[in-house]
Amino acid sequence: MSREAEELNRRLLRSRDAMDRAYAEPLDVRAVAAVAHISPAHFSRCFRAVFGESPHRYLQRRRVERSMFLLRESDRTVTDICFDVGFSSVGTFSRTFREIVGQTPSAYREGHGPIVAPHCVQLAAMRPRSSPGRPTQESTFG
Amino acid sequence: MITALNVASIYVLNQDEALDFYVNKLGLEKGNDVQQGDYRWLTVRVPGDGATEISLEQPGPPLHDEETADRIRELITKGGLGGLVFIADDARAMYDTLRERGVTDFTQEPTEHFYGIDMGVRDPFGNAIRILQQREVAQQGTA
Repeated sequence: MSREAEELNRRLLRSRDAMDRAYAEPLDVRAVAAVAHISPAHFSRCFRAVFGESPHRYLQRRRVERSMFLLRESDRTVTDICFDVGFSSVGTFSRTFREIVGQTPSAYREGHGPIVAPHCVQLAAMRPRSSPGRPTQESTFG
Repeated sequence: MITALNVASIYVLNQDEALDFYVNKLGLEKGNDVQQGDYRWLTVRVPGDGATEISLEQPGPPLHDEETADRIRELITKGGLGGLVFIADDARAMYDTLRERGVTDFTQEPTEHFYGIDMGVRDPFGNAIRILQQREVAQQGTA
């Protein structure tokens, strides 16, 4: 692997970190691409090549993970949570959540309570996969 | 019976840059620095902690063949390898200190949890570092 490729990886990682950090804010490809010093047109392709999914999908999974956290841990309404994690419409939030998690936000909330694990572990490990390949089972997470 | 963790290893792209970051930015102290042929045994440790050293390993010969080293370097730079978690007495102060020292690659600003305050940063190569200030009173109860 060339020094340039390593440097590109590092910049793409920086843009990925920016999404993890600022998921609650309105983010677009232009802003995230700027973090990596890559043109918006080029950015999505580079990101996918390195991380295996589009930056849009990566951000959606972070937002959905954060919404799952709030559904488990807080009493906030689904609508409040939708905006808390950076979605701008409840319709998009519900559709994206169902697509990724395999159930509605309300159904997920009913089946899940708080998880006793450090926050960083939850951030890393509880991010849903891109599609509901396996059912979410209560037995695994208590 | 195992009584302590002696050495933990982390891969870095460049040992000199790593030493600068871990000592001059993060505030660790240099432990061993021994050149043995092609291999440089370089460690850092938490100041005052004689038990545990962090070995800063640079992928390549004689540890790895070139192809293996390439893959490790790729994984480091895309954040695919493990990281380190440190305890600090004041996570917010640590965050300010790192910023003053020119560190910009934060993955998380200081955030409060029931178990304390933590923050996240990456080393210059992509390794994840977390710094946790543990809450003092919560030790006796269940988390």
